Amino acid sequence: MSATNLSYRAVFSLVLKRDLTIAMRHKDDIINPLLFFVIVVTLFPLGIGPEAQILSRIAPGIIWVAALLSTLLSLDRLFKSDHSDGSLEQMLLSPQPVFILVLAKIVAHWLITGLPLILIAPLLAVLLHLNEQSYGALILTLLLGTPVLSLLGAIGVALTVGIKKGGVLLSLLVLPLYIPVLIFATSAIDTAALGLPYSGQLAIIAALFFGSLTLAPFAVGAALKVSTN
Amino acid sequence: MSINSNANNQPALISASNLTCIREERLLFDQLTIEINAGDIVQIEGPNGSGKTSLLRILAGLSQPYEGDIFYKNELISQAREEFHQNLLYLGHLPGVKGEMTAQENLRFNLTLHGLAINDSEIEETLAHVNLTGFEESLASHLSAGQHRRISLARLYKSTANIWILDEPFTAIDKQGVHSLEQLFKAHTKQGGCVILTTHQDLLTFLPSQVKKITLDYMGE
Repeated sequence: MSATNLSYRAVFSLVLKRDLTIAMRHKDDIINPLLFFVIVVTLFPLGIGPEAQILSRIAPGIIWVAALLSTLLSLDRLFKSDHSDGSLEQMLLSPQPVFILVLAKIVAHWLITGLPLILIAPLLAVLLHLNEQSYGALILTLLLGTPVLSLLGAIGVALTVGIKKGGVLLSLLVLPLYIPVLIFATSAIDTAALGLPYSGQLAIIAALFFGSLTLAPFAVGAALKVSTN
Repeated sequence: MSINSNANNQPALISASNLTCIREERLLFDQLTIEINAGDIVQIEGPNGSGKTSLLRILAGLSQPYEGDIFYKNELISQAREEFHQNLLYLGHLPGVKGEMTAQENLRFNLTLHGLAINDSEIEETLAHVNLTGFEESLASHLSAGQHRRISLARLYKSTANIWILDEPFTAIDKQGVHSLEQLFKAHTKQGGCVILTTHQDLLTFLPSQVKKITLDYMGE
């Protein structure tokens, strides 16, 4: 038996499948962030009152802030368990490019935490009386924006994974990077509610998405090397 | 503290020059030069905290030394990353076994990641080598610490890497297991590989002259 060179796609799907298998057997990872998202959003009408006008005005902000916080809550699982049981070291020592390994892990993270959020968001939007014209914008901004949250968050986790109590540091590092996404996403949804085109805001989020998709895995790889040092 | 042996024309498999390592403001080793050739079995000795694990991590390229370089066949390991990693098998303190996956899945993932394709019967056979027959389908979280280590050690039986760096491979392994691992090391060094390991036990099946020793003594304040 000799070592063969795996194609990048084979490496990607190998790691992706592994992470998804682990998540399916450890369902807390999927349920926790989703439950947090639902609870935060449903608490607002209880706290503010059921007036449709007020709720529909603040709905984009609530949904996006809740999505952002629930992503932040789930970020830890991205590298922490792999770091503590030694699998991260083994991955870094494999002959495969770190870029692909990291990208696969981030994609798995998004599929586990980001995608369920997007699926349940329209339901919560109904609860908050979101303007009918804004649904498209809500889904599009979430589709483009939540991967950015996973990608940028991964850099923060990679930097703090070696620290025992890195939770606070992680939020401080990552939250400022999330703010542009939050601003443009809510602005796009508000603009859509007025019946105006929101392609400008969407283009900026798309730019953030492609920028972080191509650059973040390199940063994560470098940060992981420092963290395992 | 240097080891130079069989001065044939082959470049040393792995060599280190002038390694200095400082941890927590303590000098662990200074100006350490090592040369490890095919067929060597090297045991790193020293009391707890003397830097054995640090040295192994530096040799594997996981940690950066304060000073000095590591070479794989006379090439800097940072420059020959892919080739070096293809020929390196490092097992650290942590077994790298996921509790959510079965013994079989863990082994298969680890081997595939290192470019080794393996089929089901080979997996079973390999797990049988480390006495895990009957546990193939068990989730690793239901297995003991020793069994976790056995899952990670199972990789040795299928490895094509010629450099094995093993940090305390005998921890939580029973006598029989230690014996068969030593046999495996013997076969590996005969085939032109090298083994670098730390252990507090003596290697029983090897003659003292066969094992090269690097002793790290506590030097700094």
